[in-house]
Parts: sequence; C-alpha cells; structure tokens
Amino acid sequence: MSGLAKSPVDFETTLVGLRPDLYRFASLQLRDDQLADDVVQEAMMAALSSELSFSGRSSLKTWVFAILRNKIVDAIRQRGRAINVSALTAEDQSLDQAFEALFKPNDRWSADSKPNDWGDPEDTLHQQQFWTVFEACLKHLPENTARVFMMREFLEFDTAEVCAELSLTTSNCHVILHRARNGLRQCLEQNWFTTGEH
Amino acid sequence: MLSCKEVTHLLSESQDRKLALGERMRLSIHLAMCKGCSRYRKQIQFIHRACQELIGKPQDVSGR
Repeated sequence: MSGLAKSPVDFETTLVGLRPDLYRFASLQLRDDQLADDVVQEAMMAALSSELSFSGRSSLKTWVFAILRNKIVDAIRQRGRAINVSALTAEDQSLDQAFEALFKPNDRWSADSKPNDWGDPEDTLHQQQFWTVFEACLKHLPENTARVFMMREFLEFDTAEVCAELSLTTSNCHVILHRARNGLRQCLEQNWFTTGEH
Repeated sequence: MLSCKEVTHLLSESQDRKLALGERMRLSIHLAMCKGCSRYRKQIQFIHRACQELIGKPQDVSGR
C-alpha cells in the first residue's frame, strides 16, 4: 500500500481490498458472522460517504479501522449487558489450570516452563504465517475472555470503560486480561515459537 | 519479594493501569534478577504490539 489515492476509483478499490481484513477483525471481535458482516458493510458505506475527509492512502487502513471500531462499539452497546461476562466457564478454568501448572509450589517458574526468548519481534511480525497462528490463538481464547481483551486491545477502551461496560469489578477485569494475555502467550509459545522460526 | 506468579499479574496490569511507585520498584528489582519474568514481559509487550499491528497501527518499538 503506497502512493496516493488519485481518484474515487482508486479509493474504492483500496477499500474493497481491505474488506477481508475488516471482516476478519469484526468477526473475531463479535463472534457473530452475520453481525460482523453488517458492521463491516456499515463501516465501508461510512468510509465511502466521508471519503472527502480522508487524505492520503498510507493511513487508509488505520482510518477505516477507526470507523469500523466505532461501529463495533455501537454494536456491542446495542447488544447490551445481556451477556454475563464474569461467569467462569470450563474453558476459562482450563486456561487458569494451564497457567498454574507453570509454577512450582513456591510460585516461581518451574524449570521446563520458563518463558522462552521470542527473538526479534519485527522479524516475526513480517512473517505471513505468523498472523495465521496469531488469529487462530485469538479465536482459541474463551469467548468472554476474548471479548474483554479485544475491547481493551483492539477497541482501545480504557480499563475502567471495559469494566463499566461489562459490569465487572476492576480486579476481575485485571484477572480476565491477565488470563487472556497468558493464554495467548502460551498458545503462541506452543504453536509458533517452538515450531516456527527457531 | 514478589513471586514470579505475582510478577506476571503486575506485568499484565502495567498495560492497563499506572502502577504505584512501590509496585514499580519491587517489579524492577525482580526483573533485574529473573530471566524468566524478563522474557515474560517482552512476550506480553510483543502481544500488545501484534494487536496494534492488526488494527493497522504500526508503531516504533525501539527502546522496548
């Protein structure tokens, strides 16, 4: 993606090219394919209708993602608090057990579960295959844990907003975010950093 | 002295809230001595970075 959008046709072509990325993101976040489709559609329409306010294509992706994030936030708010995010599912419990198993009784790393050196981040981020694994690991997180994590990381809510939006206590919020990060970390360690580049 | 398990929680929370001075000090003492936790820190920073990249916000990681 380089150069400038010279004409509306260029703009539309680029936008359409982003659609798979947008859809994947929305579907990871919402875990509802139909809703994801609707939200992406709305975001693309909004982008098209406000094209004039956009200048320069280098940040087109960032700009469209910002629009999409707003649409997703609206969708989450509309869906409301019907979801009981604080309930601990069997999947959550098994993530917690996998975490506990990393430590000796004195809460220090056990010899074979010490975190590995993941090498050069830039190098990893440039490998196409890495993203497949990363997305698979995100999808593999328990639904509610993923929802909290993605609101924080992808929709860039403050932690306080995440907690308030989902009616969670602050400490529960922190526990869930820690569970998500560690779950991702263990998934990547097992599926990428041991079988990948190293 | 913080345990490694406690350190993983503080490292995660440091991405979501500002740690108190005492917490930061205990954390840095532990990290200076513990390779496992230092790597853990790098790993979850990497995850944050990957998330930023996924939403089209590439950023400079120099100094991390």
